[in-house]
Order: sequence, then structure tokens, then C-alpha cells
Amino acid sequence: MFGYSLSDLGSIVVMQGFSGLSLFSVLLLMALGLAIIFGQMGVINMAHGEFMTIGAYTIYMIGKVTEQYFPAFLPYYFFFAIAAAFAIAFIVGYLVEYLMIRHLYRRPLDTLLATWGLSLIMQQIFRSVFGGREVSPNLPDWLMGSWSVSDTIDIPINGMVVMVVTLVVTGGVVAFMFKSRWGLKVRATTQNRVMAGAVGINTNMVDRMTFAVGCGIAGIAGAAFTTIASTGPTSGSQYIVDTFLVVVFGGATSILGAVASAFSIAQAQSILTFFLTNAMGKVVTLLVVIGILMMKPEGLFASKVRK
Amino acid sequence: MRMAQPTIEKGLHMKKRWKVNQWRRAVVAAMGVALSVTMADSIAAGPPTSKVNTTGLAVTDDTVTVGILHSLTGTMAISETGAQEAEKLAIDQINAMGGVLGRQIKFIQEDGASDWPTFAEKAKKLLENDHVAAIMGCWTSASRKAVLPVLERDNGLLYYPTFYEGLEQSKNVIYTGQEATQQVFAGLDWVAKTKGAKTFYLIGSDYIWPRTTMKLARKYIETVLHGKIVGEEYAALGSTQFGSTINKIRLKKPDVIYAAVVGGSNVAWFKQLKAAGITGKKQTLLTLSVTEDEAHGIGGENLLGFYSAMKYFQSLDTAENKSFVAEFKKKWGADAPIGDVTQAAYEGPWIWKAAVEKAGSFDTDKVVKAEESGTITFDAPEGKVYLESNHHLKTRLRIGEWRADGQADIVYTSDYIMPNPFPKGY
Repeated sequence: MFGYSLSDLGSIVVMQGFSGLSLFSVLLLMALGLAIIFGQMGVINMAHGEFMTIGAYTIYMIGKVTEQYFPAFLPYYFFFAIAAAFAIAFIVGYLVEYLMIRHLYRRPLDTLLATWGLSLIMQQIFRSVFGGREVSPNLPDWLMGSWSVSDTIDIPINGMVVMVVTLVVTGGVVAFMFKSRWGLKVRATTQNRVMAGAVGINTNMVDRMTFAVGCGIAGIAGAAFTTIASTGPTSGSQYIVDTFLVVVFGGATSILGAVASAFSIAQAQSILTFFLTNAMGKVVTLLVVIGILMMKPEGLFASKVRK
Repeated sequence: MRMAQPTIEKGLHMKKRWKVNQWRRAVVAAMGVALSVTMADSIAAGPPTSKVNTTGLAVTDDTVTVGILHSLTGTMAISETGAQEAEKLAIDQINAMGGVLGRQIKFIQEDGASDWPTFAEKAKKLLENDHVAAIMGCWTSASRKAVLPVLERDNGLLYYPTFYEGLEQSKNVIYTGQEATQQVFAGLDWVAKTKGAKTFYLIGSDYIWPRTTMKLARKYIETVLHGKIVGEEYAALGSTQFGSTINKIRLKKPDVIYAAVVGGSNVAWFKQLKAAGITGKKQTLLTLSVTEDEAHGIGGENLLGFYSAMKYFQSLDTAENKSFVAEFKKKWGADAPIGDVTQAAYEGPWIWKAAVEKAGSFDTDKVVKAEESGTITFDAPEGKVYLESNHHLKTRLRIGEWRADGQADIVYTSDYIMPNPFPKGY
């Protein structure tokens, strides 16, 4: 068929399938943090990409320290570093909410502008601290190779790691939102802030935690992406457009929507890019998204938004 | 200093006064020394200002001011950091040697902020408010194109360091990087000859430089090398997903992947190639867009065994280069990588100095005339370079094979290649 052998085509189908799934987990991981913040609080966090960059630099820093002082630990440090990335992004998010966001809840358009300004400030801080050049985190060897299933099939190990991280984080978020007491408070506040306050929920605290958790998840995403993409002061801005695309398409308020939207966008883009050129793949995907949004402006899955 | 003295002393305790007096004496003495040094300098200096500067540039009896215009903020800061560092190093070294026409070079640095209209605005400020004698700057073609009309209107001088697509030659610009024909043809010859390459897969970022370069490459591969192009692909700037593209490449099995992906995409591209099992061991890949600067971000282990076509590599084993690398690291830190563009940026101030001295004047028209004489040369770290009358440098092309430590072994050096910014038939 087309001058290619059947086994070749078979391998390509397998690898292409994996590549679509891998893109799906990347998109979902990017969008989760934003979806929580946007969905539960109605805050459009333009600095989302920079919280990812915090995660990426955390990996870089911890990698450096490990290399210097605990070289034997190098093959395993990555998982601890991911936890640290969550913690640091969480703390920064917590402070940002306290210092900035909470003063702007009644002015959603201003949060847009303020968080955009925040993203510029953060970029400049990264540049001043780490320098303008891109850095390459010292990633363990086992993470960067491929798993040769057969002669013609190679599955990227970093892709699998991102996938596992995405599964764990998504599972964690769902459990947090629907099984934990905190999740209950978050959902209550989303549905009716005044009523939630009346039954004794500290809604300010809920907001702060929600924002911080969203930022922490962005930190995890950034940490995971050091295995597949760049680490520099402006790396975060590479993701922000796709992130918004996934969240808006999925219906801003629903985690299930984010999953469905990431999956459909990833598969469409991956398959179209294979058969068309890179640019055309993206164009067609965007056109379809625009078309669907025109018919369903609230996205694939919409639920109740806080008024 | 003296004016402020009484008020300072009033507030001091008597006990401390003798200390202050002593300090003051030391300062006065130091100032005296400094003054006599500058006096001596200006006496030793070259021709009078009225002679070397007839167009109102910022030239005094002992200083001349130039501009440095690169992005210090925004996406391009990643790439432009090294260039402005090298320019400052060159200026320091020239000053230590006595300056240009007996004048010390001062510089005014402006931030283009990765934004092309800002570049134009800042160039205008440098030329019209500061009256700089020359500008070292720009990195992307887009920023150069934005600055060009300003330069031509105000008759300024720009020293542009990046390898670029060619198809341009302005009276007001000296291009110290290679234009496309210098970078593309010799590299393709090399890969066809040593690797017996017949089939090529072209991939680049989607903007003017990769597209023009690939157009030249396609024509050269098809008509001169009689090879075959099995795929041509452009990824959006900033795109980080190459999974599908890599699968296409696996299916087509090209002898050579010929790449010009830039910026953050470059990192993603090489990391994902490695993760897909496409490594230097199994696949020949020749790239036009990886210097030591990029290698720093990509990580040497992801580049191992791939090839870059550049005019300069930091590992170049010559005395000139070793002293350049040592000086650069002394000034900017041991970790600072030195790439092709950094070295080309270093050439800018030196070529300007040579041209000014040949012209005996800072006036743009006279400097340009000296530059177009075809006699300006410079013993650069990359080896001797010749400034041709078409404002580009005659240089060599080198092929470097990447090592795991982010440095390249030079495996091939071409003969000198004449710059040809307007190739016929392309």
C-alpha cells in the first residue's frame, strides 16, 4: 500500500496512536489547573503558563542540587522534584491570591489584566534569577530514551511518564473535588456563595485554596513538561493558548469537559497533522473548534456558574 | 564635590573630621591622577574631532558613542543574550588597546524587547537623540527589517550578527553572520559526499528564514545533488508537539533530516526525537539552527551525534579562539556558552573599528566607502574574515558533530565561500 510494507504501517498506527494519547495527556495536564481556577472561581488566570515555568525551574534547581550533593540519588530525584514543584507553585499561588486576586473578585476583566501583568513580572523575575538563556534540567537517562517494543516501534518513555502523571493528577483532582470535605466546600461555594457562607464555610479560604491548588497543578504540569519541551523564562507562554483552547472548548466549569475537550482536540490535531502539514492540521482543528463553539457557546459540557 | 562639603561637615562629629579630611585628600589625589591620565590620553589621541566627525555624531575629543540594540526581555532574550555580551567584550578590548582613532568607545544600550516596532523606535532614539556613530544589534530578520527604514533615513550604521536568509544588501548594514548560500550549499555537499545521502526530509519553523533557506536547499538538492526530497514541513513558532511529524519521518526513512527549527520548539523537537528512538547513532541529521547557545537549552545528550552547519564552534582549536573563549568566560562566567552568532556579534565592533580607521573618520558615508573597498579584514576567533564589497563577510563553513557535553567536534571545514546574498536561479 503506497509503497510501504504492512508491518511499517502497523508500527506507524501504533506509534501514531500513542502520539495522540501523549498529546491528550499534555493538553489535559496543562488545562486542569486552569479549569479548576476558571471553573470554580471565574478567575481567568493569564499567568497560568508562568506557574508551569515555576515547576520547570524547580526541576532544574533540584536537579542541580542533586547532581552536586547527592549524585547517587540522580536517577530517582524526578518524582520528589515533581512534588516539590507542586509545593512551590502552590505556595506562590496562595500568596498571589492573598495579595492580588482576592481584591479583584468583583471585577473579572481586571483579573484578566492583573494576571497578565503578573505573568510579565514573573517572566522578568525568571530572567533576572536564571538568566535569559534556556536551561536543560539534568534529567535521569532512563527518562529520556525510548522503549523499543519491536524493531520498528519505539514508544517514548517521557510520553509515558507524562501520561502517568496526568492520570494520577486527574484522579487526584476528581477525588479532591468529589470525595473530600474540601471539595464539598468548593462545590458549595461555586453553587451559592452566600448560602455557603451562611452554613459556616469560610468562602475566602476556599477561594484561596482553590487558586493555590490550581497553581500547584500547573507546577506539576511544568515539571512534567521539562521532559518534552524547553525550560526558559518564557516557556510558559508556549502553552497558554492551547490551555485556554482546551478549557473554553470543554466548557469552562467542568473537569469532565476538560478531559473530553483535550481528548478530541489532541486526536484531531495528531491525526490531521499526520495526513496534512503541520500548519493545516492546526488550522482545521481550530476551524472545527470555532464551528462547534458557535453552535454551543458554553462549550462541550456546561454546568452552573457562580453568579 | 567641594560645593557639598560644608553641609556634610556640619553634620559630622569632630572626632571623625580628620578621617574625612584624609579621605578627601585621597579623592582629590585620585582625581588629579585620573585627570592627568585623560589629558595624556587626549594629547596622544588621533585627529581633532572637527575632522573625524562632520555630521554631528556623538564624538568628542576622547570618546565616541555607539548603540547596542538587542532584546533583553521577551522571547528573543534567550538568543540575544550572548550577542550583546560579545559586543561589550569587543568594546572593552578595543578600549584597552586605545580605542578608535584615539577615542574610547562608550555605549548606550537599548532593549528591543522582542518586539519589532520597539526595535525601530529604539533605533530612531539612538540615531536621532543620541547620535550614535554605529549600532550593534538586532537578531531576527524581522527586527532588522523593522530597523532598516530608520537606518536608511537617518543614514546610520548597523552591524548585524545573525546568519540569515540573504536577499538583502543595504548601504547602512554590515552583515557579520552568514547569508543562506554560505550556510546551505557547502553543508549539503558535505552530507551528500560523506554520508552518501540521496533522500532528504526538510523541517523548519514557519517564518521567513527557514522557508527561504529550505527553498534554496530544495533547489540545490534536486538540481545539483540529484537527490530527492521526501518531505517538507514547517512547524508553527513555539510549537512543542512533534509526535506526528516524527512518525511521518519514520515512515519516509530519509537519509538525512535537514532541520531549521528555532526557539523553544527546537528543544521540544530534539527531546522528542530522542524519545522516539531517533538518535545520532541511527539517523543523520544536519541542522542550521543549533549553536552552543541552543545546545545549552536542548541538553547535549539529546543532540549527541547530530550535525550543525555553522561558521564557528566554540571548540575551534586555534590560538585566537582560545584567547577569545578565555576572555569571554572571564567577563561573563565560566558557564556562558559561545555560539556562532555570539562570535559574529563580536566581529561587529572590530570591523567597525577597522573601517573607521581606514576612513580616518566616523562619518557614515566615509565608513561605508571604506567598507566597500573590499580591503577590510579581521583576524576573528573563527579565523581571518574578509569584508566584501557587498557588505557580507567571506568566511568558511564548518560542520560540527555534537558531543554529550554540549560542545561540538569540528568534522569538516570548507574553503572560503564568497557571500552571495542574491543567488541567481533561486
